[in-house]
Amino acid sequence: MTVNIQKQLHAGSGRIEMALKFTIADGELLALFGPSGAGKTSALRIIAGLLAADSGSIMVNGECWFDHAKGINVRPQQRDVGVVFQDHALFPNMTVRENIAYGLKKDQPSSNVDELLEVMELMPMTNVKPALLSGGQKQRVALARAMARRPKVLLLDEPTSALDAALRIRMQQYIKSIHEQHRMTTLLITHDVTEVARLASRVLVIEQGVITNQGSPREVLPLDDLRALF
Amino acid sequence: MVDPAPFILTLKLALFSTVILFVISLPIAYALAYSSFKLKPVIEALVSLPLILPPSVLGFYLLLAFSPERAFGGFLDRTFDLRLVFTFPGLVISSVVYSLPFMVQPFQSGFRMIPTALIDASYTLGKGRFDTLIHVLLPNMRAALITGTILAFAHTIGEFGVVLMIGGSIPEETRVVSIALYDEVQAMHYGAANAYAGILLAFSFAILLTVYTINQRFSNNLFRP
Repeated sequence: MTVNIQKQLHAGSGRIEMALKFTIADGELLALFGPSGAGKTSALRIIAGLLAADSGSIMVNGECWFDHAKGINVRPQQRDVGVVFQDHALFPNMTVRENIAYGLKKDQPSSNVDELLEVMELMPMTNVKPALLSGGQKQRVALARAMARRPKVLLLDEPTSALDAALRIRMQQYIKSIHEQHRMTTLLITHDVTEVARLASRVLVIEQGVITNQGSPREVLPLDDLRALF
Repeated sequence: MVDPAPFILTLKLALFSTVILFVISLPIAYALAYSSFKLKPVIEALVSLPLILPPSVLGFYLLLAFSPERAFGGFLDRTFDLRLVFTFPGLVISSVVYSLPFMVQPFQSGFRMIPTALIDASYTLGKGRFDTLIHVLLPNMRAALITGTILAFAHTIGEFGVVLMIGGSIPEETRVVSIALYDEVQAMHYGAANAYAGILLAFSFAILLTVYTINQRFSNNLFRP
């Protein structure tokens, strides 16, 4: 996936000229790391098709999802992405199973759902509505829902930020095992340095809408944080 | 003695109006909640006009529009052989216009209360606007749907001014309960008037009680992240 996007954003700190250019290899898990208000979530929304960039292009496996110059902006429905939103965004009217099955494509078997329920240890609560789930359970359902349709690109927006430390590590293990199993091209948005180190093979540091550093987590992240982690 | 015919006619009018209102209010409320276009304030003002306009004013203009002597009424008369003045179909159309804000506004609020993240999630899961409406929006705004429907139904039951202007008081055609009550008072039949008024009062209270009970039941934490 090749992303080259520009957009003027209005953040709390004022106006930001976002300009991002990066590539994610097939099956890679890339982290977009930076402080709040740096433009990470906007970048994710642009890739998902929920927000239009002012200029630039997005290419995925030779398919053009967005090209401002050519007037192309493929709708989110046709982009084949899976998104895990920061606040889960589970459908309150549906059970856990119904939430996960909602995104299945017409030709996909319901065994996709069963498999994910199993892997995410959600079997005991398949018929429970989201309001009765804990934060960790909700986030697992959100990840399973995004994965069920086997999208080309998986976008994770701060998937563990709402969880306490113990649950965060567990959720990271779920993400890691799911990624190792399916090798999906994944973009992880986070401001948690330990999350980057645990999950990503490569990290882009973003500040005020631009990439200020990139490389492997060991090259890029503060050494002290990594020492504390391992 | 209380004649049951006005009650049957009133319920029939409320039922027809509510069904038609439901069908036209959903797309109007959806458009007002999710789109922004230049004429939106004009549409919102037009839809809400019956809230503040005296019913007799609305009735007067509808009477002019429906008159076979005028362009619109004449067109309906010549083309469809349809007369709307002093007829039941005329009452239904007037009720729909008069009760429109009572259904559109709760629906519009219902749409707006749904977090946009749910709509985004549905879109990224490959679902179009219609699927999202049916499977995500409508089931999560049940309270607004029920409130709007009940309010519009109840409002039609209590109509007087518009009905009087458009329908007059033709037994079993346009003589609804509120008109029957007025006629009984004019004729100084206070016993019958009291019965009509008492039944309307009890009905109105029951309707509002239902609305508030439903709202309490649904004022839940559905959208808690």
